[in-house]
Amino acid sequence: MESIQNTGAVFKRELKSYFESPVAYVFLVGFLVLTGFLTFSVTRFYERQVADLQPFFFWHPWVYLLLVPAATMGLWAEERRTGTIELLLTMPVTLLQAIMGKFLAGWLFITIGLACTFPVVLTASYLGRPDMGVIFCGYVGSALMAGAYVSVGMLTSAMTRSQVIAFVVSLLLCLLLLLAGWPPVTSLFTQWAPSWLVEAIAAFSFTPHFESLQRGVIDARDLTYYLSVMVFMIAGTQIVLANRTAA
Amino acid sequence: MLEVRDLAKHFGSIAAVKGVSFSVGMGEVLGFLGPNGAGKTTTMRMITGFLPPTSGTALVGGQDVTRNPVAVKRLIGYLPENAPAYHSMTVTNFLRFIADVRGLRGEAKRKAVDGAIEKCRLESVRHQSIGTLSKGYRQRTCFAQAILHNPPILIMDEPTDGLDPNQKHTVRQMIKDMAAEKVIIVSTHILEEVDAVCTRAIIISSGQIVANGTPAELRARSATGRLDDVFRSLTLGAAEASTKEG
Repeated sequence: MESIQNTGAVFKRELKSYFESPVAYVFLVGFLVLTGFLTFSVTRFYERQVADLQPFFFWHPWVYLLLVPAATMGLWAEERRTGTIELLLTMPVTLLQAIMGKFLAGWLFITIGLACTFPVVLTASYLGRPDMGVIFCGYVGSALMAGAYVSVGMLTSAMTRSQVIAFVVSLLLCLLLLLAGWPPVTSLFTQWAPSWLVEAIAAFSFTPHFESLQRGVIDARDLTYYLSVMVFMIAGTQIVLANRTAA
Repeated sequence: MLEVRDLAKHFGSIAAVKGVSFSVGMGEVLGFLGPNGAGKTTTMRMITGFLPPTSGTALVGGQDVTRNPVAVKRLIGYLPENAPAYHSMTVTNFLRFIADVRGLRGEAKRKAVDGAIEKCRLESVRHQSIGTLSKGYRQRTCFAQAILHNPPILIMDEPTDGLDPNQKHTVRQMIKDMAAEKVIIVSTHILEEVDAVCTRAIIISSGQIVANGTPAELRARSATGRLDDVFRSLTLGAAEASTKEG
C-alpha cells in the first residue's frame, strides 16, 4: 500500500512536470502532425480504399524512435544535472519506487499522445467498416511498444547528466532493437558472432512482435516480450542508479 | 540519537572519507567544518542514505542506514548543497510533492505545507515557480522542504552558502529556533557560523576528523584564541600533504 502511494507521488509529479512546461504540448503536437502526415500523405490512407489502420500503425515504431527518446531523456539526466536526485533519493521511498513512478509517468504520457490519435479511427469508421477488434489490438500493441521504448529511454537517461547524450544513445539503442532482425543489421554480427548470438539479437527485435499485434492477434508471447524488455530496462536503471558515485 | 560508526567511502582508488566516528544528541547543533573537498558532503550523503558507505555505518534513531535506509530517511530532514529543487514547480506544489512522498495526507499534509511556508516566510512567493526565485528564496524553499515533516534530525549542507548577510542571519535564526528539540548537523566553511549557531564543532580534513569539541574548547587550542588559526593549523598541513601524495 505504502509502496503504491510512494510510486504514485513520484508518478504524479513527473506527469505534471511534462505539462508544466511547453515540452508536453510541443511533443503532442509533433506526434500528431507526424503520424498524420505519414499516414495520410506518405502511405496514402485515402487512395488505398481500405478501411483499416495498417498504414497508421506502420509508422508508429518510427515516430516513437524519434519522439520517445526526446520525452524520456530528462527523466533522470535532468535530476542528476540539477541535483534534485539528491532530494528524491533521500526521501523515504525506495529506488525502485522512484524508478517505477517515473517510468509509468513517461509511459502514460506517450499513451496520452497515442490516445489523441482517435480521429484516425473516426475517419476510418466514417469511410468504411473497419474491424474494431484489429484496431484495438493495434493500439494495445502500440502502447506496449511505447512502454518498451520508454524503458530504454529511461535507462539511458539514468546513465548520464547530459540530456543530449541520453537522447542520442537511446535513439541508437531503439534503432538497434527496431532493426535487429533486418539483414543489414544481422550481417554486422554474423561476421564475428556465433550464430546463436545473431539469432538471439534478431529475436530481440521490436518489429515482429508489433506486426502480429497489428494483425489483430494478441499473443501471450508478444505481451511477454514487451513486458520483459521493460523489466530488463527497469532493472538496468536500478543497477545504474544504485552504483552512481555522486549526483 | 545519531551515531556515526567508522564511516568510510572510496571512489575508486580515492578515499574521500577514511573512517569517521562521532555522535550527536538531542538539542545539539553540530558544526561540520573543513576545507572544500575534505569529505563533509560525502559524509552527509552517507548519513542521509544517498550514497552507500564503503564501510562503517550510521545509526539514526536506532536504525541502521545501510540495513533500513527508508526508516532512517523518514527521521531526517536534509538540505543538500546548493539547495536543489524542481524549478518548473511552484513553491506550494513542490512542498505538496514532498508531503506526498513523506506520506502525509489530507489535513496533515495541508498543515505541514502551510506550516513550512510560514516558518520559512515564503507566503509572498508561494505561487511562484521556483526557477524564478532569488537564491535566498530558493534556499528557504529547500529549507522548508527539509523541516516540512518536523523531523527529529536535521542535516544541512552549507545552508548559508551564497546568501547575503541578512539572509544568513535569517537562516541562522531559524536553526537556533529549532535547536532545542532536534539533532542538527550543519556543514560550513564559514567559521563565524560556528560561534553563531553551533554547540559543538567537528573539524574534518582529508576525510578524517582532526578536532571535536565545543567552540570554546577548539579556540583554546590556539595561542591566539581565534578559530581561524585553529582551523588553519589543523587542516593546512593535511591538505598540503595530500597534494604531495596526489
